[in-house]
Amino acid sequence: MPLSTQEVDKIAKLARLELTEEEKNKYAEQLSAILEYVEQLKNADITNTEPFFQSGSANVLRQDEIKPFTETKQLIDSAPQQEGNFIKVRSIL
Amino acid sequence: MTINHLTITDAAELLAKKKISSVELTKIYLKRIKKIDTQLHAYITVTEEVALAQAKEADKKIKSGKNISPLCGIPASVKDIIMTKNIKSTACSNILADYMPAFDATIIERLKSQGLVILGKVNCDAFAHGASTENSDFGPTHNPFDLERVPGGSSGGSAASVAANECVYSLGTDTGGSIRQPAAFCGVVGLKPTYGRISRYGLISMTSSTDCPGPIAKTVKDAALILQAIAGQDSYDATTSSMSVPDYSKNLGKNIKKLKIGIPKEYFLPTGVDKKVKATIDEAIKKFKELGAEIIDITLPYTRYAVPVYYIITPSEVSSNLERYDGIKYGFSVANANGRESKRMAANLYEVYSKSRGLGFGAEAKRRIMIGTYALSAGFYDAYYKQAALVRAKIKNDFDDAFTKVDVILTPTAPDTAFKLGEKNNDPLKMYLEDIYVTAASLAGLPAISLPCGIVNNLPVGLQLISKAFDEETILRAAYNYETATDWRTQLIPNLKV
Repeated sequence: MPLSTQEVDKIAKLARLELTEEEKNKYAEQLSAILEYVEQLKNADITNTEPFFQSGSANVLRQDEIKPFTETKQLIDSAPQQEGNFIKVRSIL
Repeated sequence: MTINHLTITDAAELLAKKKISSVELTKIYLKRIKKIDTQLHAYITVTEEVALAQAKEADKKIKSGKNISPLCGIPASVKDIIMTKNIKSTACSNILADYMPAFDATIIERLKSQGLVILGKVNCDAFAHGASTENSDFGPTHNPFDLERVPGGSSGGSAASVAANECVYSLGTDTGGSIRQPAAFCGVVGLKPTYGRISRYGLISMTSSTDCPGPIAKTVKDAALILQAIAGQDSYDATTSSMSVPDYSKNLGKNIKKLKIGIPKEYFLPTGVDKKVKATIDEAIKKFKELGAEIIDITLPYTRYAVPVYYIITPSEVSSNLERYDGIKYGFSVANANGRESKRMAANLYEVYSKSRGLGFGAEAKRRIMIGTYALSAGFYDAYYKQAALVRAKIKNDFDDAFTKVDVILTPTAPDTAFKLGEKNNDPLKMYLEDIYVTAASLAGLPAISLPCGIVNNLPVGLQLISKAFDEETILRAAYNYETATDWRTQLIPNLKV
């Protein structure tokens, strides 16, 4: 099912991606082709199956112990805007 | 001193016998990189000072004679998607072009404690999205066997740097073939371990349920040595297995008489694999038979769904993993220190996100984020992501069934030899189909190795061996036996102008 540029717009908003008009048109075409390709999965026989998401066990736990970490300043300095010991962001409210 | 053919084993012997020091060895490789990398563009960052300092420390370790790792003092390249403390790590994306990690990936930490020498960070498709290294935001890498061709991807820089002797070995990552396919295209050995065998901590995440770090090296023995050094449970990665790590080198040379090798018909269809590549693999199968293995025809019926499953699962997980690149904590951002300037670039918080991501990400990253966002969104989750997960279970089941009848499965690694730069990169689907033989093992979490098995049109051909979960030993032994009996390495030396 081909995607319209409006649908691409909607997805881009969900994904927080600003796209140019040119990109929207290009991606509408490419994404439609990809989605058409993966459509074939609906023909696969999936009787008697549970979905498989990941190997290994779930809920591996560890002790809740504090371990020292010394590079805090480097982490804060990586942010594009800082103030003191904080990362600065635009107002949320 | 010719360094054309140094394996880890060769280099370790030279170091142990004091014929050369790690510092001297490192200088040779740094010189080699300076001489030829402009032709290849395998390296993104060369870390000359760090390498020499690490080599000096390694020499001290070697001199002390105490319990030396076989990897001590051996210079390596590291895929730029693996975090190295205080060495720029970019995932080959503009959005992380200046990112400096504050910590090492676990695999780096483990190797550092064993005398790792990092020559530099090597090129890959941005965020590991690709099968040719053409999706790197910093320009593609060229195949050392034919500079007009791709080295494969996403670990193209890793494979090319090993093949061209710009390092002794490399660390790459394999999510849907990204170690195995470039290893095949560049005539070297590439091993994807069992999912959970090696820690993913410090890998810039792509598809959390299939990402695996692993070695790209000149020989099977070398790959086994690297695997040995980095495998094992890690408290920082809860998906790592508590299973003990065996001695991977111990039984390499044991014969493969009566080893049951499964040949899945779905991997040899004329519509899939190139005629000459198939003929090369058929010759290899004959060789395995000569070595005493039993060749058994098998079927893996859900093979045809591996690529479509992969291209729903992967973008879905990618859309989640790439949310963190938001222009807030690190990486490229339209918000910056100058208040007035930043107001022009982004009017509010939403625009900090959308413009930073819109400008910072490359096309393939954006495509995958959008496919994933769509596949996971309300109303589409069941039809796409859940359906893919159900078919994924069937793919895994195919392998589980097969391994009740055979010990290893043998297939071509790639449908063809290295293609030309620009040949496939304007059609995303065409590029995705490069993965037809390598994705299934990734989806099932199984170990798989690619090793050279021939030459077609002057280009390397790779064969793939897959085994049961945590049975790296068997594919290593089968690969080692074949490698010893054939010696393709001596015929696979790229002819580069120095």
